[in-house]
Amino acid sequence: MSMKSLKAQGHELASETAQLVKLNEHDFVKFKDKLDPIGLNPLKPTKIDIFQINVGKMCNQVCKHCHVDAGPDRKEIMTRETMEICLDILSKHDIGTVDLTGGAPEMNPHFRWFVEEIKKLGKHVIDRCNLTIINANKKYHDLPEFFAKHNIEIASSLPHYTPNRTDRQRGDGVFERSIDALQRLNAVGYGKEGTGLLLNLVYNPTGAMLPGPQEVLKADYKKQLFDKFGIEFNDLFVITNIPISRYLDYLIASGNYEDYMTSLIDAFNPEAAKGVMCRNTLSISWDGYIYDCDFNQMLDMKVKTNGTHLKDFDFEALSNREIIIDQHCYGCTAGLGSSCGGQTV
Amino acid sequence: MSTYYKPEDLKKFGNITEFDKELGDKFFDYYGEVFKEGALTTREKSLIALAVSHAVQCPYCIDAYTSDTIEKGCTEEQLMEAVHVAAAIRGGASLVHGVQMMEKTKKILM
Ligand code: SF4
Ligand code: SF4
Repeated sequence: MSMKSLKAQGHELASETAQLVKLNEHDFVKFKDKLDPIGLNPLKPTKIDIFQINVGKMCNQVCKHCHVDAGPDRKEIMTRETMEICLDILSKHDIGTVDLTGGAPEMNPHFRWFVEEIKKLGKHVIDRCNLTIINANKKYHDLPEFFAKHNIEIASSLPHYTPNRTDRQRGDGVFERSIDALQRLNAVGYGKEGTGLLLNLVYNPTGAMLPGPQEVLKADYKKQLFDKFGIEFNDLFVITNIPISRYLDYLIASGNYEDYMTSLIDAFNPEAAKGVMCRNTLSISWDGYIYDCDFNQMLDMKVKTNGTHLKDFDFEALSNREIIIDQHCYGCTAGLGSSCGGQTV
Repeated sequence: MSTYYKPEDLKKFGNITEFDKELGDKFFDYYGEVFKEGALTTREKSLIALAVSHAVQCPYCIDAYTSDTIEKGCTEEQLMEAVHVAAAIRGGASLVHGVQMMEKTKKILM
């Protein structure tokens, strides 16, 4: 596995334009032509309730499927000034949930301060924690206590309950270290009944296929993780891999791209289209720009409103904007649907 | 290269209704019902389908049910065990006929 991001490799697919060209060069049915007949084109928000903030692309891992192209070599990190603008906006608007993502969000030097300030505003906070950050370095060892103290909901990727499937996607030894991190989270009460400390795991296919039903996979995970490691967790979010960035590179390099796109398109589900997460979410980049979702952010497709930066934040205009769609959106509408909170149907 | 089996033909399976819609539709309705969750789970049915695919050596079915079992959360070990079940039954089915061979042999030899 390459230990470098596509960007550091100087890879063609590090460019957003190259990805969009690739996604559009085949004569696959256009995503908008699927939305047209079901009355969803233009795609509009329902109610903006989640503020997903990508606090930086730096990560201690270099997963094969990462749609952020994150890694230790990425230096893009949100500044405290940008965080202050986020806080100002959050204090003025009825947005219930703040979803922190990255990279490894905890690697941002202002992470803890930011979390504390958001909590002071009475918001629900989700941290997309990659688990291995917890045991990566001594300075992160007390993250479980910090999360618990502020009642942060944890959402963590564990693409499979077997070591080889997880390590092939996320890197050698990641499974073992993830198990250790989960046990540390359990130790402070995460994932345990009655504590109110939510620990949700994220499953995404470790290859070129669609995910199966959430309930079935959840039952497997619960049994396997508890029987083998005594680990408990709350929910399993099943996510479909979106064909952009490193996952797109993997699909092309492994000769699976066309078949995968065909499977996504064949599995287009109008019900899932109604529930796509961009309808209730705004995504913020490390440098303060606003996007419809984290995927559009990585394709550098900023929101279609007059101002696209937090400095020009206009809740009304954003609530009435037209969401920008393209061929990668098929990843959100296949089968039982896919969002940061798992399947949507 | 032209071959009898073409991977892209799998996606055209549904088109067999073109020459006989009624029977084709009946087959697909039946097929859909068979694979629904029942006394067996959809995953158990998918593993059986994978094993049978190997027994009947259908490349289309092997392609389809390899993906399907993995999507349904099966591991590589489970897939291979299913294939061994098919192999054991096929091998056993040959071998058990040895009884017939032995009986005939004993009958005709002094
Ligand atoms: S998938 Fe998550 S943990 Fe893996 S490289 Fe990307 S941001 Fe880091
Ligand atoms: S990729 Fe983003 S914009 Fe497209 S449907 Fe999914 S959430 Fe919406």
